[in-house]
Amino acid sequence: MRVTMVVDGVSYTDEVEPRTLLVQHLRETLGKVGTVVGCDTSNCGSCTVHVDGHSVKSCSMLAVQADGCEITTIEGLARDGQLHPVQQAFHDNHALQCGFCTPGMIMQAIDLLADDPDPDERTVRHGLEGNLCRCTGYQNIVRAVQDAAHRLKPAAQADREHEAVGGGE
Amino acid sequence: MIPSAFDYARPSTVEEAVRTLAEAGEDAKVLAGGQSLLPVLRMRLAAPTMIVDLGRVPELRGVREDGDNLVIGAMTTHYDVARDHLVQDHASLIARATETVADPQVRHRGTFGGSLAHADPAGDLPAVALALGAVMVVEGPSGRREIPAADFFVDYFTTSLAPDELLVAVVIPKHTGWLSHYEKFNRVAQAWSIVAVGVSLQVSGGTIAGARVGLTNMASVPVRAVAVEQALIGQSAGADVLRAAAEHAAEGTSPGTDGNGDAEYRSQLARVLTGRALAIAVGG
Repeated sequence: MRVTMVVDGVSYTDEVEPRTLLVQHLRETLGKVGTVVGCDTSNCGSCTVHVDGHSVKSCSMLAVQADGCEITTIEGLARDGQLHPVQQAFHDNHALQCGFCTPGMIMQAIDLLADDPDPDERTVRHGLEGNLCRCTGYQNIVRAVQDAAHRLKPAAQADREHEAVGGGE
Repeated sequence: MIPSAFDYARPSTVEEAVRTLAEAGEDAKVLAGGQSLLPVLRMRLAAPTMIVDLGRVPELRGVREDGDNLVIGAMTTHYDVARDHLVQDHASLIARATETVADPQVRHRGTFGGSLAHADPAGDLPAVALALGAVMVVEGPSGRREIPAADFFVDYFTTSLAPDELLVAVVIPKHTGWLSHYEKFNRVAQAWSIVAVGVSLQVSGGTIAGARVGLTNMASVPVRAVAVEQALIGQSAGADVLRAAAEHAAEGTSPGTDGNGDAEYRSQLARVLTGRALAIAVGG
């Protein structure tokens, strides 16, 4: 079946088998290997991407279901060589150990900050419930998300001249 | 793993969906949000020959008022149900349970109707739909019919939907201003409920005028804790009354035994969680 989707700002039209998972299509057809597959059970959240502005696990969606949709992956966040504020906050707070869960963590963190721009620790932990860090590096991940929330506040925004701030999605 | 091959249909109306389903026969499977079906297909626990995707049928989405009822479209996502003002005002128990389903990503895709039609005894929505007296609106080749929740859930993962019928909407009698809480017990984040309890109370002048209590995973189907409801109605909403009522929670249930706990453990959980849920609902 022929599907068209906009991925990280570029429109792609491809012939896919109906059984193709969205994550497979992103990685194997479009080469978006920044989105990773961490489990076979829908638990880990490593493959999280945004479909029409909402986070989804791309292993639990068929490519044909994303026909006509706009998709953002971890590869579409940086602007002009500058990391997205959430990416930068993960870097600065050392919010990763092995780094495998990081793409999904960052995509979900952006989603949660869109719903709640100033989350307390409990809200962050709850909002990241669908993402597992096998290194158990959660302390710094939570710290990074709260740090990113501060960076994304309008006052901080002026300092950073970051085009992707708040409007990256 | 990836699913085995199947044909794919994407109808744009309920009528077309019903026709497609009927033509495809028994090996067809309906795809709603896919958050239970996709994992099952990926693990090849099921291998349908045809998938009928309801994702592009606009009439199946949204929440509306209809007199004394709310009508929730079967394809309304958990995310949309939990945030809907009509649901929050008139069926707060549905909102409370929905916001505990799985995790945020799953709630963005998973649907109200999909969860009910899947009929997982550990799923969170069947028990609260049952407790509030929901009625399922289903459509098949011979037209529409309505099935009360009590007759809809038949057994583990089994409903009274015929293979060629679709769940199109769920009618929920308004419970405006009722105090609700859904208390869920699981071991880790995003795990299914080992046991969960949904309570909704109508408290007027300190007296409990109405009570609805539903239990998740205390049988092969959701259960209404009628004995608890009876012990509450007409009583004052005080701690002693709530505690005494919760003691009836396991009556009439037939919980299973699995790796998470045996039947006796689940019965104890039901009593404890009911007590907590009642206290939280009344305490705000």
